[in-house]
Amino acid sequence: MACLLETPIRMSVLSEVTASSRHYVDRLFDPDPQKVLQGVIDMKNAVIGNNKQKANLIVLGAVPRLLYLLQQETSSTELKTECAVVLGSLAMGTENNVKSLLDCHIIPALLQGLLSQDLKFIEACLRCLRTIFTSPVTPEELLYTDATVIPHLMALLGRSRYTQEYICQIFSHCCKAPDHQTILFNHGAVQNIAHLLTSVSYKVRMQALKCFSVLAFENPQVSMTLVNVLVDGELLPQIFVKMLQRDKPIEMQLTSAKCLTYMCRAGAIRTDDSCIVLKTLPCLVRMCSKERLLEERVEGAETLAYLIEPDVELQRIASITDHLIAMLADYFKYPSSVSAITDIKRLDHDLKHAHELRQAAFKLYASLGANDEDIRKKIIETENMMDRIVNGLSESSIKVRLAAVRCLHSLSRSVQQLRTSFQDHAVWKPLMKVLQNAPDEILVVASSMLCNLLLEFSPSKEPILESGAIELLCGLTQSENPALRVNGIWALMHIDKIMSTHGKQIMQAVTLILEGEHNIEVKEQTLCILANIADGTTAKELIMTNDDILQKIKYYMGHSHVKLQLAAMFCISNLIWNEEEGSQERQDKLRDIGIVDILHKLSQSPDTNLCDKAKTALQQYLA
Amino acid sequence: MSGQQQQQHHQQQQQQQLPAVAAAAVAPAPGVVLPAPTPVSAGSSPAGPAAVSPVGGAGSGGGGGSVGVGVGAGAAALLLHPPPPPPPPATAAPPPPPPPPPPPPATAAASPTPSISAAASSTGGATPAAAGSSAPAPFPHGDPALNEQEKELQRRLKRLYPAVDEQETPLPRSWSPKDKFSYIGLSQNNLRVHYKGHGKTPKDAASVRATHPIPAACGIYYFEVKIVSKGRDGYMGIGLSAQGVNMNRLPGWDKHSYGYHGDDGHSFCSSGTGQPYGPTFTTGDVIGCCVNLINNTCFYTKNGHSLGIAFTDLPPNLYPTVGLQTPGEVVDANFGQHPFVFDIEDYMREWRTKIQAQIDRFPIGDREGEWQTMIQKMVSSYLVHHGYCATAEAFARSTDQTVLEELASIKNRQRIQKLVLAGRMGEAIETTQQLYPSLLERNPNLLFTLKVRQFIEMVNGTDSEVRCLGGRSPKSQDSYPVSPRPFSSPSMSPSHGMNIHSLASGKGNATHFSGFESCSNGVISNKAHQSYCHSKHQSTSLNVPELNSINVSRSQQINSFTSNDVDMETDHYSNGVGETSSNGFLNGSSKHDHEMEECDTEMEVDSNHLRRQLCGGSQAAIERMIHFGRELQAMSEQLRRECGKNTANKKMLKDAFSLLAYSDPWSSPVGNQLDPIQREPVCSALNSAILETHNLPKQPPLALAMGQATQCLGLMARSGIGSCAFATVEDYLH
Repeated sequence: MACLLETPIRMSVLSEVTASSRHYVDRLFDPDPQKVLQGVIDMKNAVIGNNKQKANLIVLGAVPRLLYLLQQETSSTELKTECAVVLGSLAMGTENNVKSLLDCHIIPALLQGLLSQDLKFIEACLRCLRTIFTSPVTPEELLYTDATVIPHLMALLGRSRYTQEYICQIFSHCCKAPDHQTILFNHGAVQNIAHLLTSVSYKVRMQALKCFSVLAFENPQVSMTLVNVLVDGELLPQIFVKMLQRDKPIEMQLTSAKCLTYMCRAGAIRTDDSCIVLKTLPCLVRMCSKERLLEERVEGAETLAYLIEPDVELQRIASITDHLIAMLADYFKYPSSVSAITDIKRLDHDLKHAHELRQAAFKLYASLGANDEDIRKKIIETENMMDRIVNGLSESSIKVRLAAVRCLHSLSRSVQQLRTSFQDHAVWKPLMKVLQNAPDEILVVASSMLCNLLLEFSPSKEPILESGAIELLCGLTQSENPALRVNGIWALMHIDKIMSTHGKQIMQAVTLILEGEHNIEVKEQTLCILANIADGTTAKELIMTNDDILQKIKYYMGHSHVKLQLAAMFCISNLIWNEEEGSQERQDKLRDIGIVDILHKLSQSPDTNLCDKAKTALQQYLA
Repeated sequence: MSGQQQQQHHQQQQQQQLPAVAAAAVAPAPGVVLPAPTPVSAGSSPAGPAAVSPVGGAGSGGGGGSVGVGVGAGAAALLLHPPPPPPPPATAAPPPPPPPPPPPPATAAASPTPSISAAASSTGGATPAAAGSSAPAPFPHGDPALNEQEKELQRRLKRLYPAVDEQETPLPRSWSPKDKFSYIGLSQNNLRVHYKGHGKTPKDAASVRATHPIPAACGIYYFEVKIVSKGRDGYMGIGLSAQGVNMNRLPGWDKHSYGYHGDDGHSFCSSGTGQPYGPTFTTGDVIGCCVNLINNTCFYTKNGHSLGIAFTDLPPNLYPTVGLQTPGEVVDANFGQHPFVFDIEDYMREWRTKIQAQIDRFPIGDREGEWQTMIQKMVSSYLVHHGYCATAEAFARSTDQTVLEELASIKNRQRIQKLVLAGRMGEAIETTQQLYPSLLERNPNLLFTLKVRQFIEMVNGTDSEVRCLGGRSPKSQDSYPVSPRPFSSPSMSPSHGMNIHSLASGKGNATHFSGFESCSNGVISNKAHQSYCHSKHQSTSLNVPELNSINVSRSQQINSFTSNDVDMETDHYSNGVGETSSNGFLNGSSKHDHEMEECDTEMEVDSNHLRRQLCGGSQAAIERMIHFGRELQAMSEQLRRECGKNTANKKMLKDAFSLLAYSDPWSSPVGNQLDPIQREPVCSALNSAILETHNLPKQPPLALAMGQATQCLGLMARSGIGSCAFATVEDYLH
């Protein structure tokens, strides 16, 4: 809303800067400090809730003067405080206001102000900092540039309930990356903030709770610490559970459910702990209900999807709780036809959240159906669900498309569904479309799904191949993203006689991956692919004639990582297997490049698995 | 099964009874089929699903402050005032001081709240049984473990359903041996149900209902059933049904019958065909059934997990019901005997909060200040009614109100009331006749009542006519030790007051307050007002701290309805006689009133006596009393001639005269008439009559409003409006 107003205001400012606005700024330059103070106070009263006035004053250069007065040693504390209040009020306006303030280097000035002894002034600075840091235009890094800031903020936590509220709010907004978590953690955030959870002030409790949710997110170190923290003789998880109670404000229930979810996902709380099974999960399901606000429903579904993702038992419980699967179907009904007619405001609100709702529902369906066949069936049998997901594949919002692909991928793990629903709804068609020119994050999931659709028993296999999948997959094998390359090769492998037609591209992709700096898992997968390829005659030839590849295999046989050694050994075994055509020549060639020596070495390996494999391979030579 | 056999069976079952095992929190549901191994494992999709990470994870804060509820300032005025006090119950009157008379036989029955005494619990819900309900006493006496279980049940039910008056609507505690099909067997104190029919066709289905329907005043009701064995086919139904629904069926199949069935997981809503509802259930599962009597819905739980709404638009007065259909099926009910697997109290908390928010947000008129003015008027009229003139004056001054009644008039009433409450009836009548010459002439029945009271006070030795004859009344006779609220009682008109009171006291602390739509707005008070009200009180320059300290000591023996005003009075009447009380009367307003001081000194004299004697022990006084009795008899006859028969008057006189039949009237069966607390209704009737002559209400609007609210909650409970469970008048009185 505010942004829309911005342009006209600017224009009006240029043309008709009101005399009164200028008057306010002029008074800041009065030689009499008493008059300056009165001027600032009058300015404060003039700008409250008046975005136009705020913009005027900024254009007229009030900010640098206010900052000057705020930092000036000769200014009285009262004047400094009033300046901070006015600046805070300006920051409350539009995003452009905040940008202007940032351009004037307001943050260092306010942080400097925190060193004052005067509590009122400190609170005013913190309130202004809070407003600025919670704005989306402020880079959170600004909080961490000066290393002394965080410890000082920690120390200020003890000063008053306002410092507590503002500082916690700043932390929870500026903690967006693992290194932020680490900095805050190392400065004792957990100990300093934990006792605020029992504060008498609701706002303090709430902001402290938010701090813990961002600190614990994907952070085992913080999470493991949190489970053992005692506040007033109670363990932190117990306190979170109390905050989940159904008579607590929704915001509090939702945030404490997030805390417990993140702690669980970080491994600090077991997935079968009653606080997860009987408290957190039901609470998150409730957050998905129709009674909740759209924002709450989005957050609830996303958090629940994250909580149950790795655990089939939680998926089963969630699937029977409060008709969740049917409840989620309602996420697709925005904007409803009723809202369009009756209420424009409501329509606007619905439209804004429609995408978010759909992607949240897809994510949660993906998690629900990740492992259990019955749940997948229930999801697919939900009213028009396959249509909805398929439609989701072609939505404009990338977030929705990604979530829809994830959801389909999860459902495509079912053989039965592959043969029925997926075929009935010709899922492969929109999928192939998604695969064209999609960003990598979508491609990774979509190509994974394609792998499933290309399996031998999948009825979609033929039409997919006919619609040019091979070219597409070959394209993937050349991608810079190793995950995509592996998926590409993996999908290709399921195609009959692929080596005779596209052997070259595949070998090239394999070489690229094996050469590149990729993680162990990717390389292991690739070597396995190679081993699989080495099962067919054409492919064997392709490998044997490719010295490059042979050298790679040899290299990985001597790799420090056992998994990779084993995978390379698979390739060798397949190549030298006696009963197959041309095995003699391959054995000889491999002996020439020194494979036998390595096999002897490996047969002495302390790893029994590797040792056995090496011995078996050597026997092929003896026979 | 004959009664005798059944009895034996009971005992056997008791021996066998094991402590109930709470079901494992997350017992794996055997009904859920394990997923078939999927050939397309994660391994075959190398990239796997990317992690779903909630977007808001890095802390996108929802703005929104707390839901602050602040209603205008005026509302709290109510908070410092007591609810309408119970009129002195004839049977439960506190015994006069030494020597204590033998307790009247009915005293125990009048105990307002069902006590959790050992006797009550050992008979398993003795309260309803004693009240004449048909509740069977399911447990023989003597088993300590059973008693313990009963006590726990009682405690849990009291905690879960504090608003339920079990005298009126007993809670289900077990299955009914009378209300079941013959294929159903009951054991383990009628909590275990087993199937004993053939189980060949659906025609062999059999159900059992609980002993009582679910009272609406529960607000939220919950029970659980553990599947001990699914038997042959596991055709078990758990649900609700109305009285009279065919028991040769599973719950849900018929009109006014609702069930959730284990074999298919379907819900049956008064229909032979089910709707897909939830998972199946089988041996080891614990199924819960929750009835929401506020929105008339029902949901089930399985092993502590809510399965979502199953039924809507439920009719009232449903009974918990289970039905079985094949041999070997056994289920155990938990009506509160053990902790529930599902956290029902959390769900109740949510609804309590909802109802209370509804009350707090109730619209109180759009014109600004109107609400506050109304509350102030209520407070002011309350003060005036009871004659707290100084407080009333100060309150009116600081709230810019006009007091309808003249100050002198208030003081006059105050004087008369004081005389009545001191037992000085002769003076009271005389003063009334002086000040309101035609009042008693026009109310011969009232005059008669006053005179009868005067006669009683003569016997007591307190009336001025006998006192001037040298009679001295012992301290105990004149003091006013037990009544906590001498002035609150007069606030109720006898007719309406009795009614409200029987209700309020019957419920004990479980009176409710809700459903504001249907009751007067004026009743609703609000905590936001408390501070306001307080400050007003202080502005009357009362010594509040001191009064409060009295409050504290007193409230222990009184009850929780204490408030400043009331206790000021209490202080005076209970202690004023015994001490050299210069406290003055009625908030110090009459401190400088000569007449009153006189009064006090006189009363002091009385306090030195130790023994009780008829008419204070003076022969002349006794003669005067007998003479007065004759006059009274004559008056009664005259009244009858003029106004026709009046049984109330007749009884009143008979009771009063009966006092003379005993050598020690105080400890006689009619002795309670001598109790000072009996002055209250008389005082109240007189005060109301005086007010009526001034065209002022017989009782203060505040008391009326609170009475209405209390009444309204009771009415809601009886009309099946469950929200009455989550609001009590008491919640708004402190």
